[in-house]
Amino acid sequence: MRRRSGNDGVETPPLAAVIYNPQVRSALYQLVLVLALVWLGYQFALNAAANLGARNIASGLGFFHNSAGFGINFSLIPYDETDTYGRAFLVGLLNTLLVSGVGIVLATLLGFMVGIGRLSSNWLVARIAGGYVELIRNLPLLFQILFWYLAVLGTLPGPRQSLSIFGTIFINNRGFVVPAFRLEEGFVYVWAALVLGVLATIALGLWARRVRERTGRMIPILWKAAALILGLPLATFLAAGLPIEVDLPRIQGFNFIGGTRIVPEFVALLIALSTYTASFIAEVVRAGILAVPRGQSEAGLALGLRRGQLLRLVLIPQALRIIVPPLTNQYLNLTKNSSLAVAIGYPDLFAVFAGTTLNQTGQAIEIIAITMAVYLSLSLVTSVLMNWYNSRVGLVDR
Amino acid sequence: MKRAVRMLGTTILGAALALGLSVAAPSAQTLKKVQDRGALMCGVSQGLPGFSSPDDKGNWTGFDVDVCRAIAAAIFNDPAKVKFLPLSAKDRFIALQSGEIDVLARNSTWTSSRDSSQGITFTAVNYYDGQGFMVRKSLKVNSALELNGASVCVQTGTTSELNLADYFRANNMKYEVIAFVTADETVKAYEAGRCDAFGTDVSQLYAEKLKLSNPGDHVILPEIISKEPLAPAVRRGDDQWLALVKWVQFAMLDAEELGVSSKTVDEALKSPQPEIKRLLGTEGTYGEQLGLTKDWVVRIVKHVGNYGEAYDRNVGTGSKLGISRGLNRLWTKGGIQYAPPIR
Repeated sequence: MRRRSGNDGVETPPLAAVIYNPQVRSALYQLVLVLALVWLGYQFALNAAANLGARNIASGLGFFHNSAGFGINFSLIPYDETDTYGRAFLVGLLNTLLVSGVGIVLATLLGFMVGIGRLSSNWLVARIAGGYVELIRNLPLLFQILFWYLAVLGTLPGPRQSLSIFGTIFINNRGFVVPAFRLEEGFVYVWAALVLGVLATIALGLWARRVRERTGRMIPILWKAAALILGLPLATFLAAGLPIEVDLPRIQGFNFIGGTRIVPEFVALLIALSTYTASFIAEVVRAGILAVPRGQSEAGLALGLRRGQLLRLVLIPQALRIIVPPLTNQYLNLTKNSSLAVAIGYPDLFAVFAGTTLNQTGQAIEIIAITMAVYLSLSLVTSVLMNWYNSRVGLVDR
Repeated sequence: MKRAVRMLGTTILGAALALGLSVAAPSAQTLKKVQDRGALMCGVSQGLPGFSSPDDKGNWTGFDVDVCRAIAAAIFNDPAKVKFLPLSAKDRFIALQSGEIDVLARNSTWTSSRDSSQGITFTAVNYYDGQGFMVRKSLKVNSALELNGASVCVQTGTTSELNLADYFRANNMKYEVIAFVTADETVKAYEAGRCDAFGTDVSQLYAEKLKLSNPGDHVILPEIISKEPLAPAVRRGDDQWLALVKWVQFAMLDAEELGVSSKTVDEALKSPQPEIKRLLGTEGTYGEQLGLTKDWVVRIVKHVGNYGEAYDRNVGTGSKLGISRGLNRLWTKGGIQYAPPIR
């Protein structure tokens, strides 16, 4: 590339032109910096490995294939003591994802309810919501987890004196025992009916929207949708001759056998995490709604929208733009806070991997590094998803 | 908090190892470091009566504590020159690796993997133990083999967690394990009825039983399901220090075997018996060879006592635990405690 330099009219030689090109230069500097950092990191790793070797501390990731030898009482995938540390890691990771995922959903629902409730014109509702926020968000989370675990769930009766709900669900200090359902072959029709119902509902919704946009006439589809999504599969279920096998829990020996048991550690952690985070989300939601100019509500009311419609169609879509970025923070906090599980023995990633596995193998550096990488990845994925959602609900500049 | 401290410790250890700084260089430095500091850093449990627990004035007492006191007595002629660092089962080896403590005396089981891959070396067994179970009397369970289907509370990062899995698998029984970080959390969960049984070393069961609100309602099952040789450990690579700690332990056993106790030591100094003369340094330079003084055993026995005295005072019949000597009797009395001779 030949270029003429500014005012003296002398032609710069091509190499110098490239070197003096500010873009090339900055790219070069960045490349050098990245290479230097990579080299530094590599030297650190080499040095660490050599030092660990000199102190006779095992290093490397070979332990992932070794048999773990310890039991875990709550797992989404089949696991027993003969499985590897790798599988134990997976069990812990899934347990973390489960409690964070369910926690995020519950915290969001509760948070929105409380946040909107705090703005309610109903005196009692507003006060209860306000009291909830002030009480829950001002107490340490660890304290709340221990409260739910020891003071609430811990005082439930033992397995033989379980509280029973119609003889099918049992609640005791070992957790909640619910019937397990095993799906038989015919259940595939029910799934098909469900898919059909959902598709039909979507079509119905699109049609209703088209009609509304063209004529302005609102077509209520709630009941029809309910009939399609719930009624259709139910009818198929009955028609197919109840293709399901129920495994009722019954007590034998020390504990219940049969059914599915949800351990109290999970329940306590889930309640504490979701109620705690909900109190912050409530404030985020309230701030978001209050930030929508008053004129918008007035305009909506003037158009004849009802209170619910006003909230759903005018306020929330605009408030979401303000709500989503701080909401992301709360989701990240909830995921990271789930590592407090270690206090009550819920086998999450931190307890199983950075706890037991670290202690059995002694490979602190690798395990802490992997644990950090996992929490970092979880947070980054959550951020990416939320940023994508934010760009969808964000104001579109035209 | 504990977790944060551990994370910090690990991070510092990692950073130091990565940067190639000399963290606790594996050379004959520990004794000198201890002497320069003027105190021994000793890692102990977070409170296990009989082995290591602080009394109401904050003084640490116990069988493991006495190992550290004996080392301090041998080095400084003062058993009080020890700083105790309470550690959870999870954190104990990292604290030793990273140089926070000089010796770990924390009812830790000597196993091959801990000895070979964790950068530590066990010295000598100070207590032969085994794992057992404690259950409520009201369950009417008489044997660990009747525990099929039970929920069992254990402390995480212990050999108990592994033995439990082995035992139930070997006997084809089902179980549920709930693992907690500290002993206190584990006992609290057991007492709250979260589990049917509490599994750990029998000595610890006796100690924890005392902490329960109604010790009489609980019973320790007769089965011993594992070998738990409890031993202090030192950082790997400092052979002089390893020998010193090991021989402080042996000296206490030899003293008991030769009938030298805190009460008889002054008299024993006049003994013409060659074994006693070598033990107490009136003959030979055995203490100096270890980097100590001639009268090192006299210091230990005067301040701390011999092995038998320490046992009785902390865990034996003279204590609240009242555990009989059993395997920990001297070899001359039907036990397996046997120390090499000082010569």
